Amino acid sequence: MKTQRWFTPWVLTIPALAWLLVFSVWPSINTLRLSFTNAKPLGGDVDFVGLRNYTDMLHDGDVRTALLNSVVYMAICLPLLTILPLLLAVLVEKRLPGISFFRTAFYVPVIASAVVVGLMWTWLLDDRGLINNMARALHVVAQPVPFLTDRWLVLISAISLTVWKGLGYYMIVYLAALGNVRKDLHEAAAIDGAGAVRRFLTVTVPGVRGTMFLVSILVSVAALRVFSELYILTGGKGGPGGKDQSLVMLIQQYAGGFYGNFGYASALSVLLFAVTLVPMIVLARLNNRSER
Amino acid sequence: MKALRYFLLAFVLVITVGPFLWELSTSLKGAGEDIYTQTPSFVPHQPTLNNYAKVADAIPVWRYIGNSLVVAALTVGGNILFATTAGYAIARLRFRGRSVVLGLFLSTLVLPGEVTIVSQYVTVRDFGLADTLVGVALPGMVAALNVLLMYNAFRALPQEIDEAAIVDGATVPQRLLRVSLPAVRGTLAVVAIFAFIQAWDDFLWPLIVLTSPEKYTLTVGLQYLSGTFTQDQRLIAAGTMIAFIPIAILFSALQRYFFRGVEEGGVKG
Repeated sequence: MKTQRWFTPWVLTIPALAWLLVFSVWPSINTLRLSFTNAKPLGGDVDFVGLRNYTDMLHDGDVRTALLNSVVYMAICLPLLTILPLLLAVLVEKRLPGISFFRTAFYVPVIASAVVVGLMWTWLLDDRGLINNMARALHVVAQPVPFLTDRWLVLISAISLTVWKGLGYYMIVYLAALGNVRKDLHEAAAIDGAGAVRRFLTVTVPGVRGTMFLVSILVSVAALRVFSELYILTGGKGGPGGKDQSLVMLIQQYAGGFYGNFGYASALSVLLFAVTLVPMIVLARLNNRSER
Repeated sequence: MKALRYFLLAFVLVITVGPFLWELSTSLKGAGEDIYTQTPSFVPHQPTLNNYAKVADAIPVWRYIGNSLVVAALTVGGNILFATTAGYAIARLRFRGRSVVLGLFLSTLVLPGEVTIVSQYVTVRDFGLADTLVGVALPGMVAALNVLLMYNAFRALPQEIDEAAIVDGATVPQRLLRVSLPAVRGTLAVVAIFAFIQAWDDFLWPLIVLTSPEKYTLTVGLQYLSGTFTQDQRLIAAGTMIAFIPIAILFSALQRYFFRGVEEGGVKG
């Protein structure tokens, strides 16, 4: 029986496919191509310059600083955002009265724009903001803590913002996974006299191990892609002496304007892609090994 | 035990929602109230909406809301339409090249959007769409992730419902619209909510595409407000609330569908 005409699937697929080719596949190829040129936003001749953008990158102190920042960002985000959201998911898993209110409320930071929460935190962390005022009122510190003006504290502030904003998102990912953890194992462990902590470690964690690896990859890649948090907390300036920049901030700077350089920005993009592959490959390997 | 759970829930609630309430409180404090004092009050002493009016004096905030809505509407429309059709075709129809198409959509998932943002801008500029709202919306109108979400949802439906419809002589569009689509409403809602949130919240891409202040979306406009026009935290707070409240209302109205969609398996990295 003939159920469809030959072209029907293509009519349905072609718009999405065209978008994929024009806005994902072609830009990927073009990024690589541009990274070997000296293309500028303001026009002019486009020449192939070989590996010059890449050799320039090796000697660029900003790039080295950005990579260092990325490693620190990832190293702190990875454990916090892999573990805290799981604890949170366990907390909201049980169907207590009012639990859906808490689930929704915990998700609120996720739906807010990074610009909105960035400005909120700028105010909270201000020298005369709530956190410094409380710390001084409680005599924890005598002078305001320079959350937004110290080279390392800016980075730590941005990391806290990323962790705070990500909690709800990964909580939901874990919540979906917790539904698949076998209830009978929990009951058996409880009958054997295992306490809550023990059951969490021996039943829950092994049950969601695959999801933990998935989350750890998502968290690492997201940490390497950070832009808005650092941009907003530093008013677009990248902190004292521009020391608090991420790779994406550098890409954005070279993407336009008088000093723009599409060639160099593209080489930075290729570097960014290479860097995001590292945690993906390492964590995928670890996952495979632990499954054997 | 139960009390401990509620205590912990309340503690996390203060951490996650507290900052929003503090921002709301700051936005309602009048010029006469010292917001920098060491003993700040959570409840405004002389609550006022003045700061919101002042935001509209400093930046064309209504226009920015309109601009953000245009971008969000295009993004939601494009994703609902094209992710549904493509997801349906790949999941429910047999055709040559089907697995290649699926593989192509899957392969783009490992590519962070920031990596291609420069050449994407070059493409949009070559289309003559630099510094336009269409240029902001265009690349996000079909997201590969949404195609795959719809594909997953359609694939989970039993084969029999199509067979019965085919026996009745239903064409492909009839089968899609009347048989399959109603069964995947949860996932469709997740796709729509996320497309809206993503478009409304996006900052980096509009920051790159838009150069004229009158074309800014709300997020870029907010940054413009805090960077250029004012140091007054009351005004900035009012601006953030203008950007946040619509999406908070939208989300709380639709959160039922969202969490149901999550249970259907609608949320994946």
